[in-house]
Amino acid sequence: MGFVSRAFKGRPRDESRDARLPPGQYLVHDFPVLSAGPTPRTSLAEWTFSIEGEVDEAKHWNWEELRNLPSETLTRDIHCVTKWSKLDTAWEGVSVDTLLEGVETAADYVMAFCDGGYTTNLPLEDLTGGKAWIAYAYDGQPLESQHGGPARLLVPHLYFWKSAKWVRGLRLMNEDSPGFWETYGYHMYGDPWLEQRYSGD
Amino acid sequence: MEMHEQQLRLDGNAAAGMFEDLFVHDVTSARGACAACGAVGEMGAQHLYMTPLSPGAVLRCTSCGGILMVIVHAGGRFRLALQGLVWLEMQDAAVAGSG
Amino acid sequence: MRSLDLAVPGWPGHRAGQHVDVRLTADDGYQTQRSYSIASAPSTDERLTLTVERLDDGEVSPYLAGELRAGDKLELRGPIGGYFVWEPAAGGPLLFVAGGSGICPLMAMLRLRQAAMSTVPARLLYSSRSLEDVIYRDELDRLGSTGSGVEVMLTLTREQPGTWNGLRRRIDSEMLHAVAWPPAEQPLIFVCGPTPLVETAANALVNLGHEPARIKTERFGPTGG
Repeated sequence: MGFVSRAFKGRPRDESRDARLPPGQYLVHDFPVLSAGPTPRTSLAEWTFSIEGEVDEAKHWNWEELRNLPSETLTRDIHCVTKWSKLDTAWEGVSVDTLLEGVETAADYVMAFCDGGYTTNLPLEDLTGGKAWIAYAYDGQPLESQHGGPARLLVPHLYFWKSAKWVRGLRLMNEDSPGFWETYGYHMYGDPWLEQRYSGD
Repeated sequence: MEMHEQQLRLDGNAAAGMFEDLFVHDVTSARGACAACGAVGEMGAQHLYMTPLSPGAVLRCTSCGGILMVIVHAGGRFRLALQGLVWLEMQDAAVAGSG
Repeated sequence: MRSLDLAVPGWPGHRAGQHVDVRLTADDGYQTQRSYSIASAPSTDERLTLTVERLDDGEVSPYLAGELRAGDKLELRGPIGGYFVWEPAAGGPLLFVAGGSGICPLMAMLRLRQAAMSTVPARLLYSSRSLEDVIYRDELDRLGSTGSGVEVMLTLTREQPGTWNGLRRRIDSEMLHAVAWPPAEQPLIFVCGPTPLVETAANALVNLGHEPARIKTERFGPTGG
């Protein structure tokens, strides 16, 4: 099926001449919004962040406590499984390393969980060593709710569905277990440089 | 293959004709019941979360926001999850006539 | 904005309000597709009309609205969707609420109503940025002024001609209250447009007492392109 549509080019693709663009991605300059559900509206007064699961003792922060933790600013490229990439996005947030300080665990995996019920799974080692943040500001402004505010997980080295919007906590797990999209066939790991989009890739 | 009247357990393959009848149907006008809140409505009236380029689409109940269906079309296959529907009812085209 | 008249050999016909998927294939095999509402009335002549609004950051609409020439071939799938449809047998009265290119599927219904010589009373409330942005303006003018039983109300949200004495704001509850048939007449309501307009109109209509089951909506996503 299908024939070539005369003079149709489509979005620029395979711009592999740009070494910062993973295979199959195209560049955008806006910030597309994708979501699996309505934007949750949790007030900051009710908001908490938790580390729980296979830990010796669960930890919790309210909004003010999280904001009082040492923060970092960082600039990273992000890559969405729907094939857009955005370069040099500027964020501010708390490193997951900071949140895990003093947490004793033998777990190897993490399920990030969110307002609205979204979840995504990651290996713990992909959240540590300066690779992941709980981000609450984008481009110098508080993170807009459509982009995951008040806070989202930011794991820029993996496809962006792993950077869960509206994140409320990390549940540590001994075994890997699929999150929301992973259950329906998205890749368990999601490395954009290996084009790990779907299970089997 | 010949079906015996007493036979209760068949190969799924025996449902081929029924599946074909079901899945060529227009699902937007099919009615379904939400597993979370029990609301009944046409699938076309529910809320769909997707963009033209997203491999995954989520259909949510307009009454409670519960997930009715998830469809992921990727890697040369469709994965269809229907756990949020108690049932889905489609018109029998042979009876409905037009459409 | 551009209307495409397509000859589709073997086209089985459609119902007013249905859409088609248009799939484009580049010479390297890259494919993409988008959904477009059919704007023409159902017919048996194996033809249909799509009206395409050019979105500057779009991938498909600039091609359809710009590059495509008479004689080019398009790959279509359809007709699709049996929910957002109207047929004369469904009756009325009819209330159509449109924003921007959301007029397209409603136009198919209005055209069907004419073609079928239906006498079901119909009202259209149509929101556009300016008079120039009103799609099918001449046809709507004729429809609204010929005693056809169709009332057309335009609201121009951004820019109005000096002589304009019509509505000049976004569709809101007050406007719908003034325009809509009373709930007791049990109108069939079709709302099509960008998501915020559809949400506002559908919520307002429910609050005015219209039965949710008689309000059918079709939203455009954030990136139709």
